[in-house]
Amino acid sequence: MKYLDEFGDADLARKLLDDIAETTTQPWALMEVCGGQTHTIIRNGIDQLLPDEVELIHGPGCPVCVTPLETIDRALAIAARPDVIFCSFGDMIRVPGSTDDLLCIKSRGGDIRIVYSPLDAVRIAQQNPEKQVVFFGVGFETTAPANAMTVKLAKQQNLANFSLLVSHVLVPPAIRAIMDSPTSRVQGFLAAGHVCTVMGLSEYEPLVEQYQVPIVATGFEPLDVLEGIRRVVTQLEAGRAELDNAYPRAVTPEGNPVAQGVVREVFETCDRSWRGIGMIPQSGWRLNADYADFDAERRFDVLDIMTTESSLCRSGEVLQGLLKPNQCAAFGKECTPRSPLGAPMVSSEGACAAYYQFRRLEVTA
Amino acid sequence: MEQVWDVEGTRMATVDFGGVRKEVCLAYVPDVQVGDYTIVHVGFALTKLDEASALETLELFKSVGLLDEELNVNVDTR
Repeated sequence: MKYLDEFGDADLARKLLDDIAETTTQPWALMEVCGGQTHTIIRNGIDQLLPDEVELIHGPGCPVCVTPLETIDRALAIAARPDVIFCSFGDMIRVPGSTDDLLCIKSRGGDIRIVYSPLDAVRIAQQNPEKQVVFFGVGFETTAPANAMTVKLAKQQNLANFSLLVSHVLVPPAIRAIMDSPTSRVQGFLAAGHVCTVMGLSEYEPLVEQYQVPIVATGFEPLDVLEGIRRVVTQLEAGRAELDNAYPRAVTPEGNPVAQGVVREVFETCDRSWRGIGMIPQSGWRLNADYADFDAERRFDVLDIMTTESSLCRSGEVLQGLLKPNQCAAFGKECTPRSPLGAPMVSSEGACAAYYQFRRLEVTA
Repeated sequence: MEQVWDVEGTRMATVDFGGVRKEVCLAYVPDVQVGDYTIVHVGFALTKLDEASALETLELFKSVGLLDEELNVNVDTR
């Protein structure tokens, strides 16, 4: 496909890799924030092609993986109701809650539908006026404009049988939390390209300033990821810390102002728990007072469902970049995509699933 | 992007994803036209892909390392 294939060219990849190798004189630890980038890296073996000194730490940017267990349990409670059609993106269906997953609810007769877009859920609500239709709205800033527009349209159409179970998370507060953590080794970030497509770059300026850490907006094709790495390493070697854009075909400094406007109209910032990580202040979006009627957590009275995570799964350490997936004792044994212990083994953006799928089965610890 | 139409004031389009065609909402990209490339996430176009910038980036990749070769720098490429 045009503008995709060109950014996977092997000869150009070799050039970029050679340049990274020439530039690198000492060890550096970089974090790719987004799970989509993690998959590109593992699928193409980019981490193995880089000089030994350049380490990639996989970040927490898999929305399904960081959705709190509590929210999954609330989703399960809502989805089990006979009056509800519960709509979700596909990879949420098998994420384990405390006791079940959505697929179990479906096998017991729950009406659970996998949709491609939240607009599909609105259509289902229009076609089923006698049912309550709930859309499970998770994701980063990339997904928020779609969910915001969907709720806005539902309100315009007085679609009283539609609601949203929202658990949005934000990248800049996560970068801040990682840099504030005493165990963090991250020296530079590949920022998630499509988050920047929506939000622009200005939010990252204060982070670069405060932590003196290079942040480079980076795309998702193999050459994009290599160029992001090359720019971060070049900065680190030169002792610089700057905000840079390695994905200018999709990212402008100001982002998408129309999308930002609708997001601000519908959502407000809130504290958010991240699965495996814990609470990060002001790191989420929830529906604001104007749209509270469309909040599924209020409509179905599930706010009293509180759960704590089991200690079996070490995905928290994986999500914070403290542990590589194949360093977990359960990896590929008790925990596989067929019977996952944690969300990163389920999601198409999860680091554990990437390692499993692309045959990094050797257990190193 | 192939075809554009209007549903109750919201612009929609058919987008060709390398052979797979999907319906996409254009509410966030008021200036895209038929024939443009867009980046689509969960049924919403998020931006018009800047083709000139894409070509520039590819040119930049082609030129990486050239300067060193021209200057005949002795380079250790492992």
